[in-house]
Amino acid sequence: METTVIRPRKTFSLKDIKELWQYRELLYFFVWRDLKVRYKQTFVGVAWAIFQPFITMVIFSIFFGSLAKMPSDGVPYPIFVYVGLLFWQFFSTALSDTSNTLISNQSIITKVYFPRLILPISSVMTKFVDFLIATLILIGLMFYYGYMPHISGLLILPLLLLITFMASVGLGLFLASINVKYRDVRYALPFFIQIMLFLTPVIYPASIAGKYSFLLAINPMTGVIQSARAAILGTTPINWLLIEISFISTSILMILGIYVFKKTERYFADII
Amino acid sequence: MYLRKLKDISLILFKFMHDSKPIIEIKGIGKKYNITHQRGGYVSLRDVLMNILKSPFSFLKTKAKQVVGLEKKEDFWALKDVSFNVQRGEVIGIIGSNGAGKSTLLKILSQITPPTEGEIILRGRVGSLLEVGTGFHPELTGRENIFLNGAILGMKKKEIAEKFDEIVAFAGIEKFLDTPVKYYSSGMYVRLAFSVAAHMEPDILIVDEVLAVGDAEFQKKCLGKMEEVTQKNGRTILFVSHNMGAIRQLCEKTIVLNKGSIVDFIETEKAIDIYLSKTKSEKIIIPLKNTNREEFRIKKIEFKNDTNKPWIVECFEKIKIEVIMEITENIPNFRFGIGINSLSGERISTVHSDEKTLEKGEYLVSIELENRLVPGRYELGLGVLNRYQLPGFSILEVENNKNNDHKWFNPGSIDIKSDFVIKKK
Repeated sequence: METTVIRPRKTFSLKDIKELWQYRELLYFFVWRDLKVRYKQTFVGVAWAIFQPFITMVIFSIFFGSLAKMPSDGVPYPIFVYVGLLFWQFFSTALSDTSNTLISNQSIITKVYFPRLILPISSVMTKFVDFLIATLILIGLMFYYGYMPHISGLLILPLLLLITFMASVGLGLFLASINVKYRDVRYALPFFIQIMLFLTPVIYPASIAGKYSFLLAINPMTGVIQSARAAILGTTPINWLLIEISFISTSILMILGIYVFKKTERYFADII
Repeated sequence: MYLRKLKDISLILFKFMHDSKPIIEIKGIGKKYNITHQRGGYVSLRDVLMNILKSPFSFLKTKAKQVVGLEKKEDFWALKDVSFNVQRGEVIGIIGSNGAGKSTLLKILSQITPPTEGEIILRGRVGSLLEVGTGFHPELTGRENIFLNGAILGMKKKEIAEKFDEIVAFAGIEKFLDTPVKYYSSGMYVRLAFSVAAHMEPDILIVDEVLAVGDAEFQKKCLGKMEEVTQKNGRTILFVSHNMGAIRQLCEKTIVLNKGSIVDFIETEKAIDIYLSKTKSEKIIIPLKNTNREEFRIKKIEFKNDTNKPWIVECFEKIKIEVIMEITENIPNFRFGIGINSLSGERISTVHSDEKTLEKGEYLVSIELENRLVPGRYELGLGVLNRYQLPGFSILEVENNKNNDHKWFNPGSIDIKSDFVIKKK
């Protein structure tokens, strides 16, 4: 017998995790819906998931690689920038989607109950599928330039993905909660993401900042992208300290994000 | 062997004990809203900053007061001290004028918003139906939407797959299963949406004004389906409606809500009497808080006849209404309609504008209605085709003070202009 007790809500309890598990099918359906709907009524369909990073890579390679002669740690610039772009796009698209997910599912939130955390998680998972598709290009590029990935290096990729996941979910939950009340987020975020692109070593190597490169490490994506290059391309030795810092800071970010989200969750339906 | 018997007996005992407890127990539920939240829709940071710049001192003062806890609280209790129990298998109606707290109660019961105080115990799986077609995506096909909508309503994938054929048959959309629902007619859309909902199998079903949509015939079919389900499966239902006919047909007992508290909880017939006599002695205020939609919102509804008494009109005098609305997205096939209901919820007349494509912006809708209503009280509702319904935004009173040549009216609601000629052949 299922018994539900409804009381004035407290912030967070272990029950919430159990409940998330109970609603895993709905999570699956949200991801499925977003994937299904996204490329409907488009001519090339899923190819968009490949076009976007590919074209960006080509443009960046022409302007930053060939014309501006950006250093790339001794790796052909296209692969160098593509590894950065791959992780950056996963992070930035997941972040902007999570921030807007409550607003775009407003009509469901005000009519049906389910653990609201499902929505941001489903946004990130949808973006992860894009990430996987875009990885195909990377594999192609590596074949073309004759690069073999280091098998041992590949093993830390799941850890890097986890950090990216926590960074985008943590920050995204925080922004999503604000967005419910202040729609400013919707306008400020694209701008913020654009600036962040330049503060993250995507188009340039972190070494370019010289002795100030440690400042870039404040940004957790620096650690992710640098380590990804180290792991896949063997540009530099893997900097474990950097990974540890990123891991700890994003874990804290995510816990804070969940806390704020749960705290404000109770009035989502009232003010959205 | 003995062990198994013992297990059986204990199971029966367990069931019995559970059955004797009410399936829904509501104890002292209250819901407080902060009025400032309701007024502005959503605020932007800029507005807040502008307010600070304009009057920094009063801002500081209010902030300081908030910190100390001295500020004048603009609280609004949508529900206050509501308690009642519902037994397994009962079908309970909830009626009350707009703003009485019906929707708030349902929202709390379906866990969309938490109560400010009190406690509710629900002994069984809860399904809530505050709207048909929640989460329907226009780009997805009928088949896909059945699964998506079912999952959103809390059904398991397996369960949906098992009932799939039944759902399709009930909606009668076999031919269009693989067509995106955006190409569906509004009738088909509603039929499909309701059909999914009707096949949920919760122990407790919470239903808001969902039957207000769809044509009369389909409404009857839905009512029939709901009746069948309750009788066969002994499901407990809480049912909110403005349609007294539907309440009468379905519910044995009914709760009358007024201004956030329970007026009475008795047999349906008596409850309806209480409600109708209540609305007769009271004006209804337009609650616009629910009109925020993604693509448009209604900012103002105004009665424009030259009288100083709003929403009171002399018989045969044209009714003039102005609606100001804001549209934030281009809307193709925009159609604005007005519905006139009797107080017991039956539709008397529906009128609407021509279909038109509207671009973003603020619009003024001026409506003039030829008035052939017999003196009495009517409920006005408005709606936008396929998008929005605001049932009963106001009560319209038709009076007869001036028409000396028409002192009395025949039974009925509408005085059709007539011409009788009687001649000897």
